[in-house]
Amino acid sequence: MSKKYQVSSDGYYGDFGGAWVPEMLYKNVEELQANYLQIIESREFQEEFRTLLEEYCGRPTPLTYAARLSKEYNTHIFLKREDCNHTGSHKLNNAIGQILVAKRLGKKRIIAETGAGQHGVATATVCALMNLPCIVYMGEVDIARQQPNVKRMEMLGAEVRPALSGSRTLKDATNEAIRHWIANPDDYYLIGSAIGFHPYPDMVGRFQSIISEEIRAQLKAKTGKETPDAVIACVGGGSNAVGAFYHFLDDDSVRIIEAEAAGLGIDSGKSAATSILGTEGIIHGCRTLLMQTEDGQIVEPHSISAGLDYPGIGPLHAHLIKTGRAEVVPVTDQQALDAAFKLTRLEGIIPALESSHALAALDQLTFKPTDVVIVNVSGRGDKDMDTYMKAMKDGSTTH
Amino acid sequence: MNNRMTALFENKHENILNIYFTAGYPNINDTVTIISELEKAGVDLIEVGIPYSDPLADGPTIQESGTVALKNGFTLKLLFEQIREARKTTTVPLILMGYVNQLMQYGIEKFVKECADSGVDGLIIPDLPPAVFERDYKELFAIHNLSFTFLVTPNTSDERIKMLDNLTTGFLYVVSSASITGAKSGISDEQVAYFERIKPLISSPKLIGFGISDNETFTTACSYAEGAIIGSAFIKMLSKDGVGGIASYIKSVRG
Ligand SMILES: Cc1ncc(COP(=O)(O)O)c(C=O)c1O
Repeated sequence: MSKKYQVSSDGYYGDFGGAWVPEMLYKNVEELQANYLQIIESREFQEEFRTLLEEYCGRPTPLTYAARLSKEYNTHIFLKREDCNHTGSHKLNNAIGQILVAKRLGKKRIIAETGAGQHGVATATVCALMNLPCIVYMGEVDIARQQPNVKRMEMLGAEVRPALSGSRTLKDATNEAIRHWIANPDDYYLIGSAIGFHPYPDMVGRFQSIISEEIRAQLKAKTGKETPDAVIACVGGGSNAVGAFYHFLDDDSVRIIEAEAAGLGIDSGKSAATSILGTEGIIHGCRTLLMQTEDGQIVEPHSISAGLDYPGIGPLHAHLIKTGRAEVVPVTDQQALDAAFKLTRLEGIIPALESSHALAALDQLTFKPTDVVIVNVSGRGDKDMDTYMKAMKDGSTTH
Repeated sequence: MNNRMTALFENKHENILNIYFTAGYPNINDTVTIISELEKAGVDLIEVGIPYSDPLADGPTIQESGTVALKNGFTLKLLFEQIREARKTTTVPLILMGYVNQLMQYGIEKFVKECADSGVDGLIIPDLPPAVFERDYKELFAIHNLSFTFLVTPNTSDERIKMLDNLTTGFLYVVSSASITGAKSGISDEQVAYFERIKPLISSPKLIGFGISDNETFTTACSYAEGAIIGSAFIKMLSKDGVGGIASYIKSVRG
């Protein structure tokens, strides 16, 4: 576990984090803050969590040596296969962890927000498993572009409620979930990324840290060395990224690389490149970097990928970037699409559009032929087939 | 200069009517007119909402009014110009309600100073945690003679209510139920029990808000507190009848 990048007792990573919530949420947040560590560090919790990760989620996920991709970039690339998780992405790691917390807090109903629908599906899945009712807030725009996941959530028995305010994407779904929690304080809010108020960023980070825990062991078995030269992950709110980075943060020799959604381009006015365009402020109860006007109005982001379409970034990432521990690579919609087709044709893996951003970052980075580079493939591309088919049909990809 | 709100609470202890409206709504230049109409109608206290893109504690009515105001071209610079303009004639205490991100971007010190200079008497910033206020900003507010109001809810513990009562320099905003603004109307027995439970814990003035909309709810609220706050219902009236409907609406609430 990281020593240098631990959250402080009041929920901060350097200047970022905290719990900037209205009084209506104070009791709920306080309850979680006071109990989460004790719950998740207990032995019986860890046993149940680990068993579900193995028997239900299908962990450990493979670490795949990508031979043809490695040849293309003249370096050694390993793919961490979070796409092989049950439900298709890393999101299930966190959903399992939090549902076990919710149960121990005696909560009777679960609410969540979702962007791409992957977190919504993961939450609906664990709610089916645990026999708890589930409500998922999803932006109206995302409901339209991620239909297969909406159908999956409904089949799993969840109620999908459209968020109709603002840009009608992930930010607004999160607003609606928080408002729901204010009006229904007995519910449990199962947040889907390493964002929001303390203790969520830390709790989500701990549950996702299984990713880098496994990478270390798998890499050692394959190469004899526990640490790679670089780890690359896409960052929406930052949950797959924190998971992939977690156990490497204190190893200064490991480059930490965050791929951000640049949409139509950094200067296009249509992007979600939060750390590049953002300034310090508060979003969803967390002090972090966010895209906003000089009057503090939050800017509506754009990304081809619903899971990266968020104007903020988790507080740990803001801290890693501000202190220079992490590098940021902006990736446009087009570059992500191209990278999705490249991986599919070279390795037979159809990645999620979000993960394609991490893959596309390879084009902008230089590595030595002897370097070992990990790319976190956070999810699979089934949910993005409409977008991929369209790109194939209109020839808008170079592959 | 004296804080107008402190003076109000010294002189009046019951039936205090606080009206919330969103600046720049329905039209960008309505702010000054609405303040002056409310004053003429005999409102005791005016809470000017600062339009925000992501108002977490607010329901659909206030959200939508903020969206319209932002589309109308609302800016903080304009808000302070409007407050200055209103202050040329109005003596009613004015408070601003907004979200902490807006103050941070503006610069909290600069914002507080601008409030004092333009004639604002207090602030409500629901997502500025009391602990942060006490540590970082209490003194700043005191220097500028600006009051700060905290919220209490049915879930706030007795101990915390006492702490907030000590910390506030204005009034305590008693949130009537676990909800966002505009969610419910009417006052239940459960709510009455809550108002009675917290009454002996609080020595500051209390104003009850959320779900107050008409004479009946206003009167009930006023029997458990020094006064009450109307927001969503007033904005709904504005969107239907416009600025011309203010006088008769306030009259109907006062009864
Ligand atoms: C496959 C996949 N990867 C990445 C993300 C981005 O989220 P985060 O930054 O929290 O990993 C999402 C979000 O929906 C996703 O579905």
